[in-house]
Amino acid sequence: MQQRRTIDQIHTNRVLLNGQLDTPKWWAPTVITLGIIVAIGFFLIGIMVNKGLGVTGLSRPVYWGLFITTFVFWVGISHAGIMISAILRLSQAEWRRPVTRAAELLTVFSLLTALMFPLMHAGRPWRIIYYIVPYDFARGIMPNVRSPLIWDPVAISTYLTGSTLFLYIALLPDLGNLRDRTTGWQKAFYTILALGWRGNPRQWKLQTVGGILLSALMLPIFVSVHSIVSWDFAVTPAVEGWHSTIFAPYFVIGAVHSGVSAVVTMMALMRWLWKWEDFIRPEHFDALARLLIVVATGWLAFTFLELIFAVYGLDAPEIELRDMQIFQWPWNLLFVVFVFTGYIIPVGMWLQKSVRNNIALMFWSSLFVNIGMWLERFMIIVPGLARKTPFVYTWEAYRPSGLEWFILFWSLAWVTFLMLLFSRFFPLVPLFEQKESQTFGDSIKIGRARVPAIVREAD
Amino acid sequence: MSKSVLGLYDDANQAADAMDALKAAGFPLGTFDVLTGTPYPEGAFGEHVPQHRLFRFPAFGAIIGFTLALFLTTATQIAYPLVTGGKPILSLFAMLVILYEMSMLSAVISTVVGIVIESRLPNVNPGVYDPRITEGLIGVVITTEDDQADTAIAALNGAGAMEIKQA
Repeated sequence: MQQRRTIDQIHTNRVLLNGQLDTPKWWAPTVITLGIIVAIGFFLIGIMVNKGLGVTGLSRPVYWGLFITTFVFWVGISHAGIMISAILRLSQAEWRRPVTRAAELLTVFSLLTALMFPLMHAGRPWRIIYYIVPYDFARGIMPNVRSPLIWDPVAISTYLTGSTLFLYIALLPDLGNLRDRTTGWQKAFYTILALGWRGNPRQWKLQTVGGILLSALMLPIFVSVHSIVSWDFAVTPAVEGWHSTIFAPYFVIGAVHSGVSAVVTMMALMRWLWKWEDFIRPEHFDALARLLIVVATGWLAFTFLELIFAVYGLDAPEIELRDMQIFQWPWNLLFVVFVFTGYIIPVGMWLQKSVRNNIALMFWSSLFVNIGMWLERFMIIVPGLARKTPFVYTWEAYRPSGLEWFILFWSLAWVTFLMLLFSRFFPLVPLFEQKESQTFGDSIKIGRARVPAIVREAD
Repeated sequence: MSKSVLGLYDDANQAADAMDALKAAGFPLGTFDVLTGTPYPEGAFGEHVPQHRLFRFPAFGAIIGFTLALFLTTATQIAYPLVTGGKPILSLFAMLVILYEMSMLSAVISTVVGIVIESRLPNVNPGVYDPRITEGLIGVVITTEDDQADTAIAALNGAGAMEIKQA
């Protein structure tokens, strides 16, 4: 922690609670603009529910398109929270402190958003209930637990519930802080949410032990969720390109790649918008970029392994599909964009120390990753359905409609809208973690150099 | 009638001295506590190290979740016995997925309940408190009988309290 600096608790409160106690001027116009986009999106979803899926470009044989691509994309983004929060908490990585809350929050809101896409995609959302809830005892029809389409909502609901509770427990000390800094209805609001938090040694111990325990419990859930999402595809033998044994780890590592990149995007925005230069520092971006280089390279290995496993079997339809994905127009263009934005450009940038410490460049490189990762999901889902197969007389029929494109961009506005609403009432950076870093921090002299150090309890 | 007395300190050493003074004055462990706005190393104030039973909660929760999931997956498949490819009605691999997720869900929920209960929350009558504790001051709080309050105040003042509050 070479860039550690001494910040007192009053300054930490004043700066990190500026979103709640002194709302920035840009907040209201931004939220109103996003709110209008969100409202238009809901109106269009209403039209789609009313008219049916005919207003989309979905048709045989491409029955899974932009909606399912975007669903997988948001589930992937949601993996940021637990990856960052749980792994770094368990490994006691000091640089986790300003990152964890935003990452957990991104998990919750991106999962909420992801869940909306299968509902929209169903065309008649209320019918989803038929295959989730035991509904017709008279005919003895029950949810089919053998179907990955049941496993998926079960896994995502588990992850969403766990992440939300994790977020709330970690918020308790900061809710106590907000209770102490507010008056009137706000004080009453935070007093109820803080549950009478006082900050005695028992409560701090439970906060620490509970955080580690919840991290340990959430990690296997995080791995299972994207594995199960991948099985939506991988257990379907009828579609070339989907039926792959490598999909579970491939999806998980891809999710970590896109999720951690989304955290970088979010941290850069938080630093700029709320002016948190003292707390979100270049060293944090540097650490995240180093982590991302490893994750991205692992992900690239899986991408090519998936390709090699597909081609090695010399199965003619599979080879034709790969030929189409990589060499035929327009898929070849998408493939090149996907490889360059998903790996070559960002990792090439992150290898330079000057880029890792440049927040603007880190912001743009993280956006590249998520363009690439969205395209990756599109390239997995659509070509296998679009390729002409024997006895099929329609193919390559999918042209996403304007409504589908709008709903894709609507989802970005929706997540941002939710994040900004949250930021109005709750701190995006855990204050007690920052203060703990100051309490446990010190500097030691080694030879003639004085270096920052951190005290760590053995437990 | 019991009384709650709070001494505020801006230095951790003084707060530790206050805890020692209360012990020396004969107040039993458990009647006084230290309040901070951030975690301190365990035992920094010479306080009683709190014991907890948090680890029992996830184990208990996982057993409940597993049992419920076993019932749900078995009952639904038996209720609609669809034979697929001559395989047994109870599809173990598919059941494992649901068993795993529901066990974990229940373990997480019970852990959160455990954290709340073991933290002695919700605390509807938190007693004497000062908002400056979340700004860096350290509070040493004691709950005692009225006739012992003066002894407690003397001990807290003796350690250099910058302010005493009573409720």
